[in-house]
Parts: sequence; C-alpha cells; structure tokens
Amino acid sequence: MLEALTLILSCQLAGEVLVLVSGLPVPGPVLGMLLLLAWLVLRGGVSERVAQTADTLLGHLSLLFVPAGVGVLVHWERVRDQWPAIAAALVLGTLITLAVTAVTMAGMQRLLAWRRGGSHD
Amino acid sequence: MTDAPLTQIWVYLAASPLLWLTATLVCYLIALKIYRLGRENALLNPVAIAVGLLIALLQLTGTPYQTYFDGAQFVHFLLGPATVALAIPLYRQRERLKTLALPILAALLAGVTTAALSAVALGALFGADTKTLISLAPKSVTAPVAMGISEKLGGLPSLTAVLVVSTGIVGAVLGTGLLRLLRIRDDAVKGFAMGLTSHGIGTARAFQVSPVMGAFSGLAMALSAFVTALLLPPLLRWIGLVGD
Repeated sequence: MLEALTLILSCQLAGEVLVLVSGLPVPGPVLGMLLLLAWLVLRGGVSERVAQTADTLLGHLSLLFVPAGVGVLVHWERVRDQWPAIAAALVLGTLITLAVTAVTMAGMQRLLAWRRGGSHD
Repeated sequence: MTDAPLTQIWVYLAASPLLWLTATLVCYLIALKIYRLGRENALLNPVAIAVGLLIALLQLTGTPYQTYFDGAQFVHFLLGPATVALAIPLYRQRERLKTLALPILAALLAGVTTAALSAVALGALFGADTKTLISLAPKSVTAPVAMGISEKLGGLPSLTAVLVVSTGIVGAVLGTGLLRLLRIRDDAVKGFAMGLTSHGIGTARAFQVSPVMGAFSGLAMALSAFVTALLLPPLLRWIGLVGD
C-alpha cells in the first residue's frame, strides 16, 4: 500500500515537474499516468500491491468528485440566471458527444474488418 | 444555558477540517447505500445524491463552501493520484489497445471536438455569457484537467468543476440507455464513449458494468484529457471565443 502510493505520487510529481519545465499545455497527473504506464511496460508487469492500491483508488472514483460538485453553491446565481443554456449544453451536448464517439469508433471498427475481409478474397 | 456546551462543541468542530471530511465520506456512503438498494439504477447516481445531501447540510448549518472545502480538499486531492492510477487498467488492456489503435484515434478526435463545440454552440444558442461558455467548453474532461484549461482561457475554474461533475452525472445516468438505443454492444466501444464524454464519473459507472468497459473508459478519459488540453485553446481561438 505504502510502496504503491509512493510510486503513484512520484509519477504525479514527476509529471507536474515535467509540465513546469517543458511548458507543455498538459496537466501534470495526465503526464504522470503516461509515465507510470511507461514504467509498467519497461518493467513488464504490475506488482500485486500496486494493482491493489490502484483498484482501491479507482473503485471509489466517484467519491472524489463530490467536493467539486458541492461547489455549485458558489455559482448558484450564475447557474440560476443561465440555466437553459447550461442545461442544454449539459444534457444535449453530452448525449451528442456520447453518440458521435460511439458511432465513430464502431464505424471505424466495421470499416477495418470489412477491408481486412475484402483483402482475403 | 443548557445548550452552551453543545455550541462550544459545534464551534470547535466547525473550525477543523475533520467535520466536513467525515461528512463527505458519510454522505457518500449513504448515497452508495441508496444506489445499491435501488439495484444500481443509473438514475440514483451516488455523486448526485451525495452532493445533494451535503448542500442540504451546508445550508441547514449556514456553513460557507470555503469552510466545507477546507475539510473536503483531502478527498479532492486524490483526483490527481487516481488519474495516475488509470495507467494500471490501461496496462491490463494493452493487447486490445494495439488492435484498436485506429478506431480509437478516430473516435478520440471526433469526440473531443464534438464535446467542446456542442457545449459552446448549445450554450451560445440559449444565451450563456462568454465566461460561462469558456467554462462549459472543457466539461467532458476530468476535473483537475478541465479546471486548468478553464483557468488558462479565462473561464471560471470552480464553475467548470461543477459543470464537469454534472456532465459526468448526465453521462452516467443516460449513457448506458443511449448506447443500447444505438445498438452498440462492444464493451470496448461503450467504455470508450462513456469515458470520453463523462470522464471519471462515467468510468466509475463503466467499471460497474464490466472490467473491459471500465478499462476503455479510463483510457478514453486519459487520452481525451491529453488531447483536449492540446486542442481546446486553438479551437476556441478559431471560433473567436477567446482572444490571442
């Protein structure tokens, strides 16, 4: 648990430092994730302890969003005044994005399978 | 004067981060219990219920958000390490990743562009001001990333955080239904679409459906955070929402 947490935090720290040094417009934790992935690939496996800690952290991922969600209190007036725009963007925008992403990925998969199948003839 | 000790206890507790940290965990566990009692029905989203309970508590006790956040920041902080930890489910899916590289790339670019443009266009159509529009643009990306982007472009980072959480809840509540309607059956595709649209909250929902769906949702969340951070500034400049 402690080793795994240290590994994860070290990757995040390295990611944050890399962002500061390089000026990349990418957030530190995202770079940290890529660093951890690279480390796992180089090492050729995940140790049981690291896997367990990661699974615990990710198993309660939704909890981590609660404090930010309560922040709606601070923006109550803005949300009340512009609620039709915010509601439209939230509901319709989200559904459109979900559909476009899923259909693009499924379509590409089918296209590739079809081309692969075609080349056998 | 009988309530004097009680008031003293309250004054002491209200000043320490312990109270609201504990309250956050308790409200989340209650929300989780409700969600499980409702047979994990997507409508009973645990984040939405927990946020509702906490808002009610803060209003009842007259506690300002800043006081609440002094305690809750310890939970909020874990978003960063959790993002890093996504490397593990990704690593486990490495074989499928190789075979799906091209469809993933196409879906990623289409999804990230659609997420930002649909949010800004719909917001503008219904009369949101520029600050709200910029805050809406990165709403499909995981919270720490979206807040950073919003701040850089002149939006309101804390409003973005709220919009990010709401987007996550909407996607988690309506997502599985929409995917069924679209007849998408591959868990990899379902997960990828869910994670791209609804980041960590969608990923949490996806992990409950299947480990494959969860892993691909996590992958989409990570990739879209990366690509949105790179693409959103020029995209918003191109449509004239932010200056040079």
